[in-house]
Amino acid sequence: MSIEVVNITKSYKSFTALKNVNLHIPEGELVALLGPSGSGKTTLLRLIAGLEQPQEGSILFNGEDNTNRDVRERQVGFVFQHYALFRHMNIFDNIAFGLSVRSRKTRPSKEEISEKVHSLLKLVQLEGLAHRYPSQLSGGQRQRVALARALAVEPKFLLLDEPFGALDTKVRQELRRWLRHLHGKLGLTILFVTHDQEEAMELADQVVVMNEGRVEQVGSPEEIYHHPANPFVYSFLGRVNLFHGRIQNGKIKLGEAEFETDWKDKAVEAPAVGYMRPHDVEISLRPPEGKSARSVQAEINHISLLGPIVRLDLKRLDTEEVFEAEMSRQRFMELNVEEGSIVYVTLHNVSIYVDSQPVQTHRTALVPLQASV
Amino acid sequence: MKHLTEPAYIRWTLIIVALLFLGLFLILPLVAVFTEAFRQGAEVFVASITEEETLSAVKLTLLVAAISVPLNVTFGIAAAWAIAKFSFPGKNVLLTLIDLPFAVSPVIAGLIFVLLFGSQGVAAPLLAEWDFKIIFAVPGIVLATTFVTFPFVARELIPVMEAQGRDEEEAAVSLGASGWKTFLRVTLPNVKWGLLYGVILCNARAMGEFGAVSVVSGHIRGMTNTLPLHVEILYNEYQFAAAFAVATLLAALALVTLILKSLIEWKTERQAKLDEEQHYDVTGERAG
Repeated sequence: MSIEVVNITKSYKSFTALKNVNLHIPEGELVALLGPSGSGKTTLLRLIAGLEQPQEGSILFNGEDNTNRDVRERQVGFVFQHYALFRHMNIFDNIAFGLSVRSRKTRPSKEEISEKVHSLLKLVQLEGLAHRYPSQLSGGQRQRVALARALAVEPKFLLLDEPFGALDTKVRQELRRWLRHLHGKLGLTILFVTHDQEEAMELADQVVVMNEGRVEQVGSPEEIYHHPANPFVYSFLGRVNLFHGRIQNGKIKLGEAEFETDWKDKAVEAPAVGYMRPHDVEISLRPPEGKSARSVQAEINHISLLGPIVRLDLKRLDTEEVFEAEMSRQRFMELNVEEGSIVYVTLHNVSIYVDSQPVQTHRTALVPLQASV
Repeated sequence: MKHLTEPAYIRWTLIIVALLFLGLFLILPLVAVFTEAFRQGAEVFVASITEEETLSAVKLTLLVAAISVPLNVTFGIAAAWAIAKFSFPGKNVLLTLIDLPFAVSPVIAGLIFVLLFGSQGVAAPLLAEWDFKIIFAVPGIVLATTFVTFPFVARELIPVMEAQGRDEEEAAVSLGASGWKTFLRVTLPNVKWGLLYGVILCNARAMGEFGAVSVVSGHIRGMTNTLPLHVEILYNEYQFAAAFAVATLLAALALVTLILKSLIEWKTERQAKLDEEQHYDVTGERAG
């Protein structure tokens, strides 16, 4: 079932959680709501479920207005961050709850409920734990019980609030893989909230990046990583280096490095910020062949060996800005550098943003330019 | 951890002071009640507690508790639910009002009802018309007792419900449960020990209340005398053995209450521990 969020605004006494949010989630997709804490992603999820009411805007399921419909009529599967399992019921009763509270007319028979619960237990790989209590299960098992409980009522789609937030790394990875598998098997629309960009990238078909109550960008993991719409998305999606400079005569100057742009208005002079990923920093011992304007000298401050990759903390000699570079262990061995070495650095794939209205707003306008070759 | 504890003499002094205090103010009076009750032999004791007026006082006390405890349970659950699970304007005012009976002297509480429903009271003409007596009759005793025992259940439930949050209720509702079913199947079972604790304290106070009941009862023997009032009357008439014999009934109630109370405390502590594990130990792969 598709979900449509139209012009939703939600504010609490002292702050606005969501401002004019629009979002379309196509049927059958696995979508991540990604953002830092306080960005409004959980509020949006709760609004879709009907656990909160918006001040403005509407929420449509398959084109049908559900804004004023009660939670219980929306038939939404909601999995809570801390699972919210019923602590005084065993696992069987937890999963059966949604079916057993139905009115007598629509309630399945005891045998049907039992059959359903056992098939769900099988689906979430927890057969044999039907008579345990939630307090006797591990975090990963509770998470799966919560999912089974939500699935028992055959919801139109699943909403998951920070589904793996409280789990340790190993269990989290297992569950991610399992959820992907489950999504493939059931073909259900799944919307989940996360603050972990890696989780969003790994799991989702579509990622919705949120910040301060707004949707910053919607796109596939590939799109948002390689074509971030603005500096926030760029810096939220991974490690990032920041270089400050100016735009002058249609050229961007970041220290001694210079980049051509297609900026038409040559008269504009404004501060500019260059963003780049650490893995796009190329390091060499000699100046690159030909006179490259994108090359500067830097000193290695610190070397971190992180298994397959090596991260260098560097300081530019021209602007004294510190930045990071990442490379494979093999490349690092070839270079044979140590802390204190002076190296040549070529800046690839720099995304440059010009602060068009520095006084009025913090948000910077994107210059349509990728300064790569 | 030896360096963290006080020296032995301080520990022992404190323990002995506490024990002396307990003995002097709690155990000695309790023993005295029982010895005085049996001073003139078991026969007098049995006779005193099977006397007609005593039996009627027992009946009245039980009746009053049987009415006021359920009333306060209903009210307490409703108030605690509203306060702990919803936010609404005037919440703090309601919280303060719930505590009012604790803050007001029971005698004043009794007087309020005399002023309202007494022969000179505000509602006197109406009551006269309907020929319905509240003051110096059973309804007045029930009212005064209900007022005095008003906060017990709500006060016990509010912190328990607040600690449990709204997650489970929201989960129940999202699974299609109605408000009533959510309450019966999720909220209530989660607070059952807290509720029982509140009921027991409420009941103990309802049966033992003296001040407020004394003001509204009129002390009519065999009619409006509750157990505590009956003890006082017997004592004032120099029937010491009988007074103490009846007092043993109240003392026994207190003992039973204490035992139940500690049993429930033990149970709730165990549940709280389990809940805590459920909340914090979500990372460990404990069970296989």
